[in-house]
Amino acid sequence: MNIRNAKEILDCQVVCGEELLDQEIHTACGSDMMSDVLAFVKDQSILLTGLVNPQVIRTADMMDMLCIVFVRGKCPDQAMIDLANERGIVLMTTGHRMFTACGLLWENGLRGGN
Amino acid sequence: MENTLTLRYEVDGEDFTRAGEASAAVKRALKKMGVSPEVVRKVAIALYEGEINMVIHADGGVITVEVTPKEVRMELADHGKGIENIELAMQEGYSTAPDEVRSLGFGAGMGLPNMKKCSDEMKIESTVGVGTTVTMTVYIQ
Ligand SMILES: Nc1ncnc2c1ncn2[C@@H]1O[C@H](COP(=O)(O)OP(=O)(O)OP(=O)(O)O)[C@@H](O)[C@H]1O
Ligand SMILES: [Mg+2]
Repeated sequence: MNIRNAKEILDCQVVCGEELLDQEIHTACGSDMMSDVLAFVKDQSILLTGLVNPQVIRTADMMDMLCIVFVRGKCPDQAMIDLANERGIVLMTTGHRMFTACGLLWENGLRGGN
Repeated sequence: MENTLTLRYEVDGEDFTRAGEASAAVKRALKKMGVSPEVVRKVAIALYEGEINMVIHADGGVITVEVTPKEVRMELADHGKGIENIELAMQEGYSTAPDEVRSLGFGAGMGLPNMKKCSDEMKIESTVGVGTTVTMTVYIQ
């Protein structure tokens, strides 16, 4: 699937990176601990998180991730949006909670990867 | 050695939101030089973990990165509180990070082991009350 499909499945609002939605995504991960994302994630291209601070974007950037979905309707601030724009990372928000958001993506064929 | 690129960054220990700027700049520079994605990724993750440590456990410091055709050598030097027991600090899950750091998404005690995993060589020198210097090397060839 691509980011646009994930957006529709999760009923997301796109915060930034509207022009980058056609990128393919194969695997995802969900975590509020950036330590774990850095230590365990390999080639996941989309990060679901309930954590809202600039280090979420920096972590995703270091891991070459394409998109961050903030769950439970959480909204990134302007500084985070500016950073994401600079790094070319799509930011989206969904009203779903973490468990449900991950479940919906799984149900539609996205997997966790290695 | 010829063809050595040296990058140097001061890391502000007071500004958590900017922690990671140096690592991102190094990542960009390596990418631009055409270094393989695998090496870029290892350097980026190792350096970012180290940079975050400098901010959350020390009072910032200086990062120096040397890129040669053979390897990427990173040095992270701080004048923070130092590490009392390096062997213990290297264990997965060991962390002295306060709850406040954990609420920011860090402090799982995974950073140093991850840095070791991402680098081909790693050395930590630390003196309590004086500071810590971490050196890591990632081979390009
Ligand atoms: N530069 C440093 N100065 C002083 N102490 C440090 C430094 N780097 C690491 N430490 C100590 O070593 C411990 C382990 O570090 P490590 O990076 O593995 O975990 P963490 O930073 O606590 O959590 P995580 O990296 O998972 O977010 C830290 O909790 C801290 O006590
Ligand atoms: Mg750490």
